[in-house]
Amino acid sequence: MQIKGEYKPLIVAFCCNWCSYAGADLAGNNRLNYPENVKIIKVPCSCRVNPMFILRAFQRGADGVILCGCHPGDCHYTTGNYYTRRRMSLLFSMLNFLGIEKERTRVEWVSAAEGAKFAQTMNEFTEAVMKLGENKRLEDLRCKR
Amino acid sequence: MQRIGVFVCWCGTNIAGTVDVEAVSEALKNEPGVVFSTNYQYMCSQAGQDMIINACKEHKLTGFVVCSCSPRMHEATFRKTAQAAGINPYMIEIANIREQCSWIHKDMKEGTEKAIILGKAAIAKVNLNSSLTPGESPVTKRALVIGGGIAGIQTALDIADAGFKVDIVETKPTIGGKMAQLDKTFPTLDCAACILTPKMVEVAQHENIRIFSYSEVEEVKGFVGNFDVKIKKKARYVKEDICTGCGLCTEKCPMKNVPNEFNLGMDNRRAIYIPFAQAVPKVATIDPNACNMLKNGKCGVCAKVCAAGAIDYTQKDEIIEEKYGAIVAATGFNPISMDKFDEYAYNQSKDVITSLEFERLTNAAGPSAGKLLRPSDGKHPHKIVFVQCVGSRCDSCAHKGKEYCSKICCMYTAKHAMLTRDKYPDTEVYVFYIDVRTPGKNFDEFYRRAVEEYGVHYIKGMVGKIMPEGDKLIVQASDLIDNKQIKIDADLVVLAAAIEPDKSARPLATMLTASMDTNDFFTEAHPKLKPVESPTAGVFLSGACQGPKDIPETVSQAGAAAAKVIGLLAKDKLVGNPCVAHSDEMMCNGCSMCANVCPYGAITYEDKEFRMPDRTTRIRRVAVVNEAVCQGCGACTVTCPSGAMDLKGFMNKQIIAEVDAICK
Repeated sequence: MQIKGEYKPLIVAFCCNWCSYAGADLAGNNRLNYPENVKIIKVPCSCRVNPMFILRAFQRGADGVILCGCHPGDCHYTTGNYYTRRRMSLLFSMLNFLGIEKERTRVEWVSAAEGAKFAQTMNEFTEAVMKLGENKRLEDLRCKR
Repeated sequence: MQRIGVFVCWCGTNIAGTVDVEAVSEALKNEPGVVFSTNYQYMCSQAGQDMIINACKEHKLTGFVVCSCSPRMHEATFRKTAQAAGINPYMIEIANIREQCSWIHKDMKEGTEKAIILGKAAIAKVNLNSSLTPGESPVTKRALVIGGGIAGIQTALDIADAGFKVDIVETKPTIGGKMAQLDKTFPTLDCAACILTPKMVEVAQHENIRIFSYSEVEEVKGFVGNFDVKIKKKARYVKEDICTGCGLCTEKCPMKNVPNEFNLGMDNRRAIYIPFAQAVPKVATIDPNACNMLKNGKCGVCAKVCAAGAIDYTQKDEIIEEKYGAIVAATGFNPISMDKFDEYAYNQSKDVITSLEFERLTNAAGPSAGKLLRPSDGKHPHKIVFVQCVGSRCDSCAHKGKEYCSKICCMYTAKHAMLTRDKYPDTEVYVFYIDVRTPGKNFDEFYRRAVEEYGVHYIKGMVGKIMPEGDKLIVQASDLIDNKQIKIDADLVVLAAAIEPDKSARPLATMLTASMDTNDFFTEAHPKLKPVESPTAGVFLSGACQGPKDIPETVSQAGAAAAKVIGLLAKDKLVGNPCVAHSDEMMCNGCSMCANVCPYGAITYEDKEFRMPDRTTRIRRVAVVNEAVCQGCGACTVTCPSGAMDLKGFMNKQIIAEVDAICK
């Protein structure tokens, strides 16, 4: 997304309600900075994230999509993040095949106690996406308003 | 068409400091569906909530968005506000513009832009919200306490006194935990056993409490109010209901050289044993790894001497299944292993001991009957060095120690030093410390007494190395205040080992789906406001499994956890989560994919009749979600190939609307 000449990647972060969303809140509580172009969408579990949501984000001009969930073994719903892990490795390799670089997508485990890790992850991810520049590959002109 | 209100909160300057709230409420005014938009200092205050209620009535709102702090803080508050205004509580959304916006961004312009986008996403979602009604589920009026230390004991007693049934599961043959091993307790120096054992007896005699000692939790299923738990009662080869605890078998058993874990291996017990005199239940246990009869079928002495006939070599592990409404984790702590701390020569010399071993040495029921004697030669030590922070506050040595402060060591070391000087005034006592931390009622006074009245030498500095030399231990250390290196030829060295959560906590947390921090302490639902609740509903925390704690703190937390459990068990019905999966029967083709991924077994299949467009009737197999069992994770929604499965409150179209609003 181009804002006033200065390129700022648009990043959509899906965070599970139990670990990562709380981790993001903790980052806020501790006043840890990360780029404002990261926008968080709360989902009950990382396994709620349908690949369609990620495709939609890329179609609509997102430059990067990151999924955050509980650490393996710590899922509030016991097994949800395992499904996420498998689904996303499949999806991301497919996206890579379509020309969406694998650096634009990421799955990260962030617990409710890891505010610092959340902020750090977002900083790193934004930087990685920034290097790649704008995502034009899946942009669907019909979706643009 | 929805009629949506937008309420932007300043949160004092927390939000208004970096977000132009006026601009946000102005920008959101023109979003689709929005008919009213305003801002106010504190939306969560009574005045703020009244303002919402009035606006709902005045503008005939069907739902609203609050741009404020995290939904984890005040979603429940605003749901109640909606209800008071006559709107379905699930017709609201929170845009998190504090924790995830104003607190992390310093620039007013960036913060405001982001807040507007987050607000737009919430509006886009609420436009697609529908009224939801939560289901109800019954509450099993029985609590499970995992761990039988002072935390578990106090929690169980408090719950039982309120009239609810409680079961305690303890892995050891007796309850009592670490406190039973202690000699005296700071800062009053009353004897640990004198204040603990009456409580243990009370637990044993309480009509509402059952003790499953020598048992472990095997499996936890279900959810708040309705947990199904499998408890493995390990075979102790002694019939608990028949054994009188006379102890004759423990005297006659020929296997004399089994290390006694209650005395931390400093003396020996028999293969059949009762951990200590006041054990509850006072029942003998056979150690299957040491017993000759169980290993080779030769011996049988205990069975011969047992007048009650309680010995049963054929006993098997038993699985007990029980339903519980609430679960309390009280798994406690252990001192860390000293194996990695070669510099302190713990594994080289018997006279380098940990503080817990020191407790046993000074305890009248301990291996030396309370006389402070060196473990190596049984002589009275004349110079004792205490080393604090062994493995605690270890930034650089995190691979072998812990980064956190273990909290209790300063106080118990002062206690040990004081007691030593009190009993043996001819003994010189040195304490090496990084800082002396004594916040707590009468704590600093206690430490001052050790220094001023008892003449304990406190030296600021860390011990670099301990070298056994002859029957002495050469302690090499630095004195940071005098800025010099010192050497002390000590007779006994006591290491204040860091404490860590019990090893059983991690697998238990997985079973309970309760979260843990990086140190394996259980995470509380909120660090300040929900200190005894875990983020998982119906699971509560008591004692040192949540973080390092001394006895007074543990007991107060145990009482707090009990109060929460009582509050839960006192309810007849629990209101469930209405955000559950729902299958569109017209689209479902009964493929079973969803049932395969459901962790709760909430999805079943039914044959249903459908009227076809050509007026014939067809029977099709379709998925049906049991709303009382579904926990709303959404795994099924993604798996469903036909898109029939959706999650109420987090519908596909709602999340896509949020994505669109953010990416617009």
